[in-house]
Amino acid sequence: MAAYILPAVFVILIIICAAKRINVYDCFAGGAGDAMRLMYTIFPYILAIFVFIELFRESGMADFLTRALEKPLSFLGIPPALAELLLLRPVSGNGTLAILEKLFEEHGPDSYVSRCAAVIMGSSETIFYIAAVYFSSTKIRKLKGAVAISLAATLFGSIAACFLCRFL
Amino acid sequence: MNGIFIVVTVIGIILISIRNPDAVIGVMLEGGTNAIDLGIRLLAIYAVWMSVLNMLEKSGISKGLTGLFRPITDRLFKGESDKAKGYISVNLASNMLGLGGAATPAGINAIKAMDKGGTTATKNMVMLIVINATSLQLLPATVMAMMSSHGSERPSSIILPSLISTAISTGLGILMVSLKREK
Repeated sequence: MAAYILPAVFVILIIICAAKRINVYDCFAGGAGDAMRLMYTIFPYILAIFVFIELFRESGMADFLTRALEKPLSFLGIPPALAELLLLRPVSGNGTLAILEKLFEEHGPDSYVSRCAAVIMGSSETIFYIAAVYFSSTKIRKLKGAVAISLAATLFGSIAACFLCRFL
Repeated sequence: MNGIFIVVTVIGIILISIRNPDAVIGVMLEGGTNAIDLGIRLLAIYAVWMSVLNMLEKSGISKGLTGLFRPITDRLFKGESDKAKGYISVNLASNMLGLGGAATPAGINAIKAMDKGGTTATKNMVMLIVINATSLQLLPATVMAMMSSHGSERPSSIILPSLISTAISTGLGILMVSLKREK
């Protein structure tokens, strides 16, 4: 049922536009043009982040930090198996989906670890990507703690997620 | 961003060089190639969503959305223009529905509308980034689909904990930003 909502919204929107004598074809072409200009400004930042992610993983830094994080995380009530997920979640959406996939395979999708991972995944975002891309069309380079606050809030949310998964 | 980027790239390049100096360029190009793959997919996603946003604006529906979110935007984004609040409303709505493809362009436009040309983010901008970066998604559809494809018996069991932990992280984020003093 839910799958029909989006297509229905599209159809209704196009009909409303047509009724208001708005040129739908031009809207589409205009939107695509906007997207190309947007991509032109944000792509350099996407590329920089991806080079960063690749160096971070391939150099072994990610593995090292994952192992270093396991102990403090279990102290906070987060299963150590989730260290890699927590570490990469703020930088890479696709990277974390791959980790989630691996966790589901190793532990089964209904295990405590997998459910914690799923909840963390569903209640967090790619913080660094957002911070980099949202400001890409401005001169702003001082983010005034936006990244630090988001990371701290996400960590608290993750601790809550692992706690909640024990009961819910 | 600059600080973290310098530290990770320098340490990364040194660590890879110790093992195999020939691998450094390959690793960096691999990152670039991944970015191109994602970039092309994102271009298609943003093209579709920005044309939808275009229609929402021209048909006046986004005005209705702006009105709907006014109680929130007036409180959290004091002193911003109606144009900025419009983009913020679209951004928040798309985030709630898990439509990242629509949320990102709307968020970028919102920041642009809030920008006065300085080099430092304002408190309102930090607020928007933090709200976006702590997730607003009401239904973690992608994750649930993955769970069922792995044979989960009750993927819906993650909905409630996800909602609560999203509320906690976003609430805490908003609290931390509001406690910051604006210079």
